[in-house]
Amino acid sequence: MASQRLDAPELPDFTILKRLARDQLIYLLEQLPGKKDLFIEPELMSPLDRIANVSILKQHDVDKLYKMENKPIYTNSDQLCFLIRPRIKHIKHIANLVNEDKKAGVSRKYKIIFSPQKFYTCDMILEQEGVYGDVTTDEWLFYLLPLDDDIISMELPEFYRDYFLEGNQRWIGTVARALHLLNSIFGPMSKVYGIGRCAKMVYDMWKELLEDEDIVHKDRKPDLGLVFMIDRDVDYITPLCSQVVYEGLVDDIFRIKCGSVEFGPEVTSSDKSVKILLNSQDKVFEEIRNEHFSNVFSSLSQKARNLQTQYDKRRGMDIKQMKSFVAQELKGLKQEHRMLSLHIGACESIMKKKTKQDFQELLKTEHSLLEGFEIRESVSVIEEHINRQISPIESLRLMCLLSLTENGLVTKDYRSLKTQYLQSYGPEHLLTFSNLKRAGLVTEQAPGETLTAVENRVSKLVTDKAVGKLTDAFSSLAKKSHFRGISKKLGLIPRVDGDYDLRTPKDMAYVFSGAYTPLSCKIIEHVLVRKGWTGLEEVTRLLNNIEFAEQLAERNSFSDSHRTIVVVFLGGCTFSEISALRFLGKEIGYKFVFLTTAITNGARILESMTETKS
Amino acid sequence: MSRLKGDEEDYWHASKCKAFTFEDEDEDGLSQLKESKRAVNSIKAFVDEEDEEWEKFTWSGEPVGSISWSIQETSSSRGPESRSFAADKSRPDVSSSFYSFPRPGSFSSLFKGKSRPGSFQSISDAFLDTNIKYVAPELRKPKSEYQDYSGDWSTEESVRRMQRGKMCSMERFRSLKEKLQLLDEAVRLHDGNVITAVLIFLKRTLRSDILFRELKIRQVALRHFIHLLKEISDQQLLMELLRFLEWTEELALCKYREHLDILDAEERRDFLKSKCIGLPFSSEDAAHVQDHYTLLERQIIIEASDKHLEASGQELFRKHPRKASLLFKPLVTTLFYSCIYHYTEGEGTFSSPTNLRKTFKIPEKLYVLTALAARAKLRSWVDVDALFTTKNWLGYTKKKAPVGFHRVVEILHKNGAPAQVLQDYIRLVEDAEMRISLATKYKCHNVVIDTYRDLKDRQQLMVYRCKLDRGSPEEEKIDSILSNMQIRWKN
Repeated sequence: MASQRLDAPELPDFTILKRLARDQLIYLLEQLPGKKDLFIEPELMSPLDRIANVSILKQHDVDKLYKMENKPIYTNSDQLCFLIRPRIKHIKHIANLVNEDKKAGVSRKYKIIFSPQKFYTCDMILEQEGVYGDVTTDEWLFYLLPLDDDIISMELPEFYRDYFLEGNQRWIGTVARALHLLNSIFGPMSKVYGIGRCAKMVYDMWKELLEDEDIVHKDRKPDLGLVFMIDRDVDYITPLCSQVVYEGLVDDIFRIKCGSVEFGPEVTSSDKSVKILLNSQDKVFEEIRNEHFSNVFSSLSQKARNLQTQYDKRRGMDIKQMKSFVAQELKGLKQEHRMLSLHIGACESIMKKKTKQDFQELLKTEHSLLEGFEIRESVSVIEEHINRQISPIESLRLMCLLSLTENGLVTKDYRSLKTQYLQSYGPEHLLTFSNLKRAGLVTEQAPGETLTAVENRVSKLVTDKAVGKLTDAFSSLAKKSHFRGISKKLGLIPRVDGDYDLRTPKDMAYVFSGAYTPLSCKIIEHVLVRKGWTGLEEVTRLLNNIEFAEQLAERNSFSDSHRTIVVVFLGGCTFSEISALRFLGKEIGYKFVFLTTAITNGARILESMTETKS
Repeated sequence: MSRLKGDEEDYWHASKCKAFTFEDEDEDGLSQLKESKRAVNSIKAFVDEEDEEWEKFTWSGEPVGSISWSIQETSSSRGPESRSFAADKSRPDVSSSFYSFPRPGSFSSLFKGKSRPGSFQSISDAFLDTNIKYVAPELRKPKSEYQDYSGDWSTEESVRRMQRGKMCSMERFRSLKEKLQLLDEAVRLHDGNVITAVLIFLKRTLRSDILFRELKIRQVALRHFIHLLKEISDQQLLMELLRFLEWTEELALCKYREHLDILDAEERRDFLKSKCIGLPFSSEDAAHVQDHYTLLERQIIIEASDKHLEASGQELFRKHPRKASLLFKPLVTTLFYSCIYHYTEGEGTFSSPTNLRKTFKIPEKLYVLTALAARAKLRSWVDVDALFTTKNWLGYTKKKAPVGFHRVVEILHKNGAPAQVLQDYIRLVEDAEMRISLATKYKCHNVVIDTYRDLKDRQQLMVYRCKLDRGSPEEEKIDSILSNMQIRWKN
């Protein structure tokens, strides 16, 4: 690591993004003056909650609020406003409603606000359903939701499936515009590094936006200096590993949604559930979020002792001291107390669940897969998982890890695991496997590893950059994960003598118990240290040569900003990766800002691979 | 075991993860947790009095005033007439403290757009001056007001305009060449939204086989088109396209996918039979689809007859009521079900486990695991024994399991097997160390003691003795072993 530790620069305040979004929403609501009912897409509710609340909506003449559901609507309001993602399902539903009204002779005003943008398909549906013109549409450009001091999420989980499975590029422009907005408020950023086809396309589109701009603001002191963009499929291994840092574990088990988590009765040890925000404002959480789970207990007990001492201070206070104690400290202490008991409850619940599912054996299997040891044993562990109908997602996750680390499954294993999977979890997963194959998550090794004619043609197409016809259509066929080679080159599996010290870790591998350094983060580290891709040729060759480095603006004199890096995860980023880079940042004096299309983990990725009824 | 075992063992025990495990034996972590919990709870008395912070959270944990909360509120109030905010005075008004922006009415004046940039100052004192220009255009008039049909744009310009979200008619482009230029330009700009817009136009103005032909050599556009057809559920055109492309497996899967939308079991069965079997799947998948059909057909038969038995009050169903319908369940679940309700039936009946096993070529391991779980659940230990008992040619019986006996023990324990049964199976665990750890875990003292005796490990026996109750028969047993002079202890 760096010999002299630089102090990491301060992060800019991103809350202004929330205000921007809120102001624009208010503006849009006022475009429909007078009382109105507002129908909100379920997936937009949590993001909306982060930036506004009911009273704000109320102040702008929203009368009643509804969840957008596929159900008939009963209301006598003469103005209806819909706040939705650009999804066909919703538009058809609204069109039905308008047509029903027309039939019944009810006349109302309708407004659809698409967030973060409208697609041309939306207009097409409105036109086909015969309601184009009856409905006014608008866009709420709500791209960037700061979930925390250093995390900005676009809250677009569908980005992953749309691009990496279906090959649809409709969100790429959205990301480019989001970056552009970030750049115009906190930039100008001077350099872009990237790896992945999607990253490159985002960069190209962003560059166009920059070129369109007439004003250059050279002299402004930027808050953000560098951008690093990475496609999720550059590193599938990391999100598919079980998370063992606290925040990651909480996400794997309780599902953190839009920066908040709901702890059920088993955590609160009462009969009610509690929903809390998980961010740096919660002092207890802030201290343990990046810790390996084994350290969390001692941190919590230390906290508990401190809290006790602080409460004990009140003994022997006189009235005046007591008064100031109550006025100044008590509220904070109470809040801390509340959080502490919740996190302790969460830990207990995590321990209980993980013990029950034989987590230790699971981790052992994962680690053997990462190292390439005892593959046969791992296969039989996976088989047993499947046979015993333990969680379908966990079984799939292990299969993916096996396939990705082994560069595809040998035909015999592929067939037998797939058959057993279908027998255990249902034959319709045939479709899941077809999707997994297309995304390159579970593949069958071609006999003798020879490229078939199709593959040859396709891989030529894919690598044929000059034609400008880069294609993702068959990317899985052309792409091999080459994990072993990459892992060796980058030293992803640390070799340590004796115990890996999880208490005071020396490298990012601690986020996986010292068994594996996240590939994505390691690449970022290398590029930052080397200030480019030079020296990494062997690795980038194994990753299909889709890396780039571009100077955006002339190097300005504000060297500080060069140490603030926006890492853009296209297709989602995990809490383990965030923790690892936060650690790296501290080590080398950098600050990372995470811009992700969504927070993800193994389960979310795999769930998006399943087919459900339309 | 593989030859790497040694390495591996070293690796796992000597290093890394040994420091922390998720096993429940790892008391360290848990006791720390418990201690912290005690400490925190002891403070409670002082804190719990009344918590104003808690007040802001409702029973569901949603902060009062949050949007998710109020929607739950409105949707839970019955009937078409939901509560309006204006009428609701009981809700605490958080607005005054939370929201310090100008009152309603003043907002639109702030957002008139570029013409009056000065007005931004009032709300954006936090903004840097330079930012406004970039933010302001985003807040302008709705895009729909930009309709502009008059322009004489080239294909490139048209695509660019569309990319900026400006309305642009493509109707003028009537030659195939121009249409394809539009498409290629959209692909060049990477904008999926625009690519789709052009595709919608091409779909409308070109004969499908011509469009297909052009898409075939434009992979990116092709992917977008397929996705579009999926999204708008134009199954017919999609099938036509896949047929044209000769993507036979995709075609088969695409048809097969339709079954998900058929909710009636018999209809779905008929669909699988008449529309899916025989589709050009890979040979492997064809077998899966055939099995899918056979399984559903079986389930329909079994379900009908069992419903009848259940209604007539047959004992087994009365004692162990069915929790759900068998329809659409996976094969393993079906086998489990059949091991519960139809275990003794002969191979001739559709519902018998043996028949299922044969029909679907269920491997022995899977069969035994499932049967074990089912029979253990019914606490039918005799059946459990029979599952593992084999006779050799001399007529001796022997216990054999296709999975490790440690797994068997675990499953038995989960289903509440009595100590005697557990003990018998723990004895069958081959690895001595694992045997001891299992026996300790499930408190089968005799197995622990016997194993240590067999290992001639006097020290461990003495250690174990301390863990037992004073004067218990187990303690006596240890004493008698320890005093046995014939054993040659290794320590």
